[in-house]
Amino acid sequence: MDNTYTLSVFTEDKIGLLNRVTIIFTRRHINIESITASESEVKGIYRYTIVITVSQEQVEKLVGQIEKQVEVLKAFYHINNDILSREIALYKVSAEALKENELFTRIVNENHAKILSIAPEYIVIEKTGDEREILHLFNDLEKFGILEFVRSGRVAITKPMKTLNTFLKEVENNSKTVIKHFSK
Amino acid sequence: MNTHKKYNTEVTGAEAVILALLDEQVTDIFGYPGGAIMPVYDALYDYMDQLNHYLVRHEQGATHAAQGYSRVSGKTGVVLATSGPGATNLITGIADAQIDSTPMVCITGQVHSHLLGTDAFQETDVVGISMPVTKWNIQVTKAEDIAPALAKAFYIACSGRPGPVLVDITKDAQFGKTAYKYQKCESIRSYFPCPKVKDDDISKAAELINNAQRPYILCGHGVLLSGAEKQLLAFAEKADIPVASTLLGLSAFPPKHPLYVGYLGMHGNYGPNLLTNECDLLIAIGMRFDDRVTGNVNKYAKQAKVIHFEIDPSEVNKIIHADVAVLGDAKEALELLLPKVKTQKHTEWLKRFEDCTKIEFEKVIKDAIDPQTEKLRMAEVIDKFHKLSEGNAIVVTDVGQHQMITSRYYTPNIPNYFVTSGGLGTMGFGLPAAIGAKVALPNTQVVAVLGDGGFQMTIQELGTIMQSDIAVKIIVLNNNFLGMVRQWQQLFFDRRYSFTEMKNPDFIAIGYGYGIKGRKITERKDLQAALEEMYASKEAYLLEVVVENEENVFPMIKTGASVAEIILE
Repeated sequence: MDNTYTLSVFTEDKIGLLNRVTIIFTRRHINIESITASESEVKGIYRYTIVITVSQEQVEKLVGQIEKQVEVLKAFYHINNDILSREIALYKVSAEALKENELFTRIVNENHAKILSIAPEYIVIEKTGDEREILHLFNDLEKFGILEFVRSGRVAITKPMKTLNTFLKEVENNSKTVIKHFSK
Repeated sequence: MNTHKKYNTEVTGAEAVILALLDEQVTDIFGYPGGAIMPVYDALYDYMDQLNHYLVRHEQGATHAAQGYSRVSGKTGVVLATSGPGATNLITGIADAQIDSTPMVCITGQVHSHLLGTDAFQETDVVGISMPVTKWNIQVTKAEDIAPALAKAFYIACSGRPGPVLVDITKDAQFGKTAYKYQKCESIRSYFPCPKVKDDDISKAAELINNAQRPYILCGHGVLLSGAEKQLLAFAEKADIPVASTLLGLSAFPPKHPLYVGYLGMHGNYGPNLLTNECDLLIAIGMRFDDRVTGNVNKYAKQAKVIHFEIDPSEVNKIIHADVAVLGDAKEALELLLPKVKTQKHTEWLKRFEDCTKIEFEKVIKDAIDPQTEKLRMAEVIDKFHKLSEGNAIVVTDVGQHQMITSRYYTPNIPNYFVTSGGLGTMGFGLPAAIGAKVALPNTQVVAVLGDGGFQMTIQELGTIMQSDIAVKIIVLNNNFLGMVRQWQQLFFDRRYSFTEMKNPDFIAIGYGYGIKGRKITERKDLQAALEEMYASKEAYLLEVVVENEENVFPMIKTGASVAEIILE
C-alpha cells in the first residue's frame, strides 16, 4: 500500500549532488511531489526535504540508495505523524476582489492567511499551512479569479529529539575506516 | 612516500595530474589523447619512464582494459580521455565497472571553464551524463583543486564496495599553476565505505549455521574483492557446507575441492540451482541476488532462512529478505564467524549435489565435451583448453553463449583468474579487458575467449596489442550468429531469426593486418594442436574456431521460471 513519506536528506555542499539524488527517483519511475533544499542549522550541511508517495518497501530501498551516495551524510524517512510540516503559498487575485471587501476579508481571516501586497491591479495573499489548508484557501479564492498561485513544497521538522550535531559526531567516527586493497 | 623532485614546487595543473598518479603508485594508464586533455598528455611526455601509457583505439577500449587490469591485480584502473566524444565513449565501460564493482578512475579533459555551458567545440556535460553510472564524480576548474580531487577519487574508487569515479578537468585548470602537495585521502565525513562487523550479527549467523541441516553457501564477487578466499575455505570446511559460486565469484573457491558444487545462474550447474530450493539455510557472501541467479524471486529459496554477508547496506533486503544481515567486510566477518561455528558433517546433503552433478554430466556435459556432431562444439574447445592450461591461465570472456560455455567448462585454479562482464553484459568487453589483464600480469598467460559478434564490437583494439606488444591469446568461437539471441529466438520467438545471422570477415586476415599471427580451424582433428600452438606462442595469437552454428547452451532457467525449474535439454 502506498503512503506519503517525507524524506529528510542531510548532505555536504556539492555541485550536482541534488541531481545525483533525484536520479535515484527517476530511475525507479517515482515522481517527486515536492522538494526543497536549504542549509541546515549546521553550517555547510544541507537539508533536502522530499515528499513522495510509495510503499514502505520502496521508501526503505530508496533511502538506502540515497545514503549510498558519497556526499550524503544521512537520509531519513517519516510518515506524516512523525513530523511537523508546513508549506507556504502565495495567491495573486485580481484587485476586483476588493469590490466584495467583506467576503474577501472574511476568507483571508478565516483561513489564517494575510495580505502581503496590494497593487492597483492585484492583491497577493500569503498563507502558511499544510497542503489541505492551502488547497482550502485556493478553493475559497477561486471565485475572485486566481491570476497566479505558487507553493513552496513541504518543509518538515521531525518530532524525535536527536540533534544534527550529535548525529554528525557519530557519522565522523563511522567514516574513519582503513582502506582495503586486495593487492597481490 | 613522495619522492619525485617536484614536491612543494609550482607546477601546472596538468603536471599535478601526473604527479598525483605517481603518488597513488599508478604505473599503467589506458587512454586516448584529444584537444581538451592535451596539456595532461604534454606533461605525460616528461614522465614516460615512470608511467606506462597504453594507447587504445577507442576510449571504450580504455575503460574495459582498466577493468581487466583491476580485476586481476586489485589495483585501481586508470583511464585518460578527452572531452566530448572522448568522454561519452567511456560511459559503457564506466557503467560496466559500476555494476560489477570494479575500481576505476577516469580522468577527462573539459573545455575551458569560461566556455562551460556554451555548446563549445567538444563540450559535453560528462559529469551529468556519468552521474547515474559512477560511484562519485567531480568537475575541477582550478589547478589547485586537482590533487585533492584525485586523492578523493582514488580513495572512493577502491574503498568499501569499489566502483568507477570520474574527474573532469577543464583545460584552464590544466594550464593553471599551483603549488603541488599531495595528501592521500583517508576518510570522508559523509562516506562510510565499510561498516564494522557486529558481534551480535555474527552470533545470530552462527546460531543459524549450527542448527541448519542443509546449509548452503553462495559465494560472490565480494569474496574476491575482500580477499576472503582462505577464510571462506576454512569456514566451509569446518561446517562442511557446499559452496556454489556466482558468475563473478568464480575462482574464489578451489574448483576441485569436494565442497565446491558448481556455479549458479541461468546457465549454471544443475545441482546448485535446483537445490537452492531445498536447502534450509542460504548463506550468501558478497553477492547481490542478481535476477540471472535468482530466476523468479517469488519462488526463490522460500523454504530457507537467509544470512547475507554484505558490505553495501543498500544490497541487504533489496531482492531477497535476509533473516540475518552481517554488514561489513567479508574477510573480517568470516574470521569472526569461524570460531563460533561447530564442526559438522552434512554427508547426505552433499550427496544430493553429487547426484545432480552425475545427472548433469550424463545429460549435458558428456555430450558437450565429446560430441558426435560433425562440426565442433564450443564446450569441447573450452574443455580441451581447460585441460591444456590446467586452469592456470587468466581467462577473459566477452558476452554471450561462449561466455556461458567458458564459465561452465573453464574452472580457474587461482583467485581472480576469470574475468567477465556480468551485471551489464557488455559485448565488446573481452578483448580490451584481456589486454588490461595482460598489462597487469605480463608473466601470466591471458586468454580472451570471444564470440564472433563481441569480437567485432572492439576489434580495433588489435591495434593496441600491435602497438604495445601485448601477448594476449585470443580464441574466437565463431558460429556466424549472435548465438545467445538466436537461442532465445529459437526457444521463445518461434525460430524467427531476426538479424542474428552474421556475415563475418576473414578474422585471420584482419589479425595479420595488425601483425598478429593466427590460425583458423574447422575440424576436430586440428583442435588440440591449434590450442597448443596458441598457448605456446610467445606473442599475441588469434585462433579462430568455427563451431556449430545453432548450438544451445544448457542447462537453462527460462525467464520467469524458478531455479528449481532448471531444464537440462
